[in-house]
Amino acid sequence: MSILTVSNLTKQFGGLVAVNSVDITVEKGSITAVIGPNGAGKTTFFNLITGVYQPDKGNVQLGSTSLIGKKPHEIARHGIARTFQNIRLFSNITVLENVMVGLHKQLNAGIVGTLFQTKKVREEENRAQEEAYHWLEYVGLSQHLNEDAQNLSYGAQRRLEIARALATKPKLLLLDEPAAGMNPRETRELTEFIHRMREDLDVTIVLIEHDMKLVMEISEQIFVLDHGEKIAEGKPAEIRNNVKVIEAYLGKSAVTPA
Amino acid sequence: MQKLTNKIKGNKLAQIILLVLYVLVTSLSLYLAQASVTAFLLLLFSLLLLYYTELPDRLKWVIAGVVLVGVIPFVSSTGPGYQSYMEVATVVGIYVAMALGLNIVVGLAGLLDLGFVAFFAIGAYTYGIFATGQAEKFMPFGDFPLSGESFWIFILIGCFVAALFGVLLGIPVLRVKGDYLAIVTLGFGEIIRIVFNNLDKPVNITNGAMGLASVKPPEIFGYQFVYPNQFYYIVLAILLFVILAVRRFEFSRIGRSWKAVRENEIAAQSMGIHLVRTKLLAFAIGASFSGMMGVVFAAKQTFVDPTSFTLLESITILVMVILGGMGSVPGVILGAAVITILNLQVLTEVTNYLNQLSLNGVISFPEALAPAKMQRFIFGAILIIFAIYRPQGLIPAKNPVFDEESLKEGSKKHRKEQITVEHDKGFQA
Repeated sequence: MSILTVSNLTKQFGGLVAVNSVDITVEKGSITAVIGPNGAGKTTFFNLITGVYQPDKGNVQLGSTSLIGKKPHEIARHGIARTFQNIRLFSNITVLENVMVGLHKQLNAGIVGTLFQTKKVREEENRAQEEAYHWLEYVGLSQHLNEDAQNLSYGAQRRLEIARALATKPKLLLLDEPAAGMNPRETRELTEFIHRMREDLDVTIVLIEHDMKLVMEISEQIFVLDHGEKIAEGKPAEIRNNVKVIEAYLGKSAVTPA
Repeated sequence: MQKLTNKIKGNKLAQIILLVLYVLVTSLSLYLAQASVTAFLLLLFSLLLLYYTELPDRLKWVIAGVVLVGVIPFVSSTGPGYQSYMEVATVVGIYVAMALGLNIVVGLAGLLDLGFVAFFAIGAYTYGIFATGQAEKFMPFGDFPLSGESFWIFILIGCFVAALFGVLLGIPVLRVKGDYLAIVTLGFGEIIRIVFNNLDKPVNITNGAMGLASVKPPEIFGYQFVYPNQFYYIVLAILLFVILAVRRFEFSRIGRSWKAVRENEIAAQSMGIHLVRTKLLAFAIGASFSGMMGVVFAAKQTFVDPTSFTLLESITILVMVILGGMGSVPGVILGAAVITILNLQVLTEVTNYLNQLSLNGVISFPEALAPAKMQRFIFGAILIIFAIYRPQGLIPAKNPVFDEESLKEGSKKHRKEQITVEHDKGFQA
């Protein structure tokens, strides 16, 4: 069963066609990778799914609901969470609070309840703290709970972003270059972690990644974008030998030796 | 000296004794040496000392309450300076509440608002129009001016009207960000002032530049509030509510969403936060505090005209927030108090003193450096010094500290409820 269906998706910035009639189907519970050279339109593709940009043409469907015309926060409420290529944490608040923001849509405290600190609001707040702490434990950051997010190391910031995304209880998790800037050991641990997330949390994962070892190891399905167009899709073994993909990454001469 | 401070640190009894001693000494000197500004300021300073003691929060509140409600009004009541002290304290209270309101908009939600005084004006005119004969000129029914007893309801009305205007302003304004937002809010502030200035025709609603005179003083069970020492208590009560509200909002779901929007709008949205609604809420709540104090201001001055609501006022409130520490409630309170007292007391006293000296021929100032002209100069210099040496503010904002042990316990419950896989492996780097 497919959870995400993207059809004929197109986005133009002035004269540049960043994403050009892309069709992609993601199976529920799968791990899917979107790869491509720099500037291929991968992040734009994520931004179109999450509502940061509105597509010029085409359709994006989560399950049976169309996401076209919806604002980012509405899409988040439908169950899509994401991390960002250039980390976007709430830098000046604590690590725990960052995750608590992820719980925002599950909490109900309104103006009046907050003003009078009703029992319900206090309990909800306590529960939120505990749950946020639980997510920090899950990604192994619980000892940093009271630090400012900006003081975490680079790798830890990436994990915090994932914890924050998981706190929204997503059906679909989009990871934008999760291994960027990680050393090989960290990347290996990340690979394991992504597998574990899928098993524990019943979440479908789509990731953009440049680290081919990770991509080939982890994904069940790979889509390749180049110049905004989908040039290939298939299992890792198929992509590895695809002529068009090699050409996109290494140039024509790599395919047709002189 | 080092030893002494170390001894005091951690010793709560010593802190209490010293604090009480300090309050006693300053109170006595104020009580005996009348019209001593220094003693009055030193007495106010005890509240700052109180903040830095390591006493439990509840006890701090009680002590602050005793000092504010009892000690300060009582010991300053014996001499001719009484009303002027109370006037200063009342004005400080009004500015503190406004600065706390602006702190929500600027400090927590990160929206630079340069027209904040507009909401104060709206509050003031809301009461001013109906508590003078002015309302008769355009209202088809009703008997005006309303009695002073309506004041209490008008505090609420002023709060809601200001909040409403906060939302009305917000809807078009929040499409722009950063510098543009600052410019648009600046425009809004000026528009409100100019509208009040010109709304005497075709229908005379605000009486234009003439202003509204003899606004009815507040009244309850026949008891009238006329003097600053009476308004002092009204302001204190509202201020207590405002501080309580701000603190509760700050560490709630709503406060977190403000901070998230301030830190990163795109990430905040992707967490399901409704951007426009969150910003509007910040505008509305911030404005409502200002509106309440506007009503009090109108009743206290008994006169409202557009010149009280200039751009300089908006800037002054912003300076209070920035000088005190953006996003920090104690900081903003201190910032508002420092700036107001500086403007009302210290700088005027210094000017008077210098004037006296030059009159007596001790020193002579060239025309261009006349003490009266120096006042703004000194004020500006202080701001620059602070901006350079303490950019984070007098009392920088602090994040809450969560108790790890209790969260560990609580988090175990979640494990059982939701996920049945062991987590201890973690995702260790």
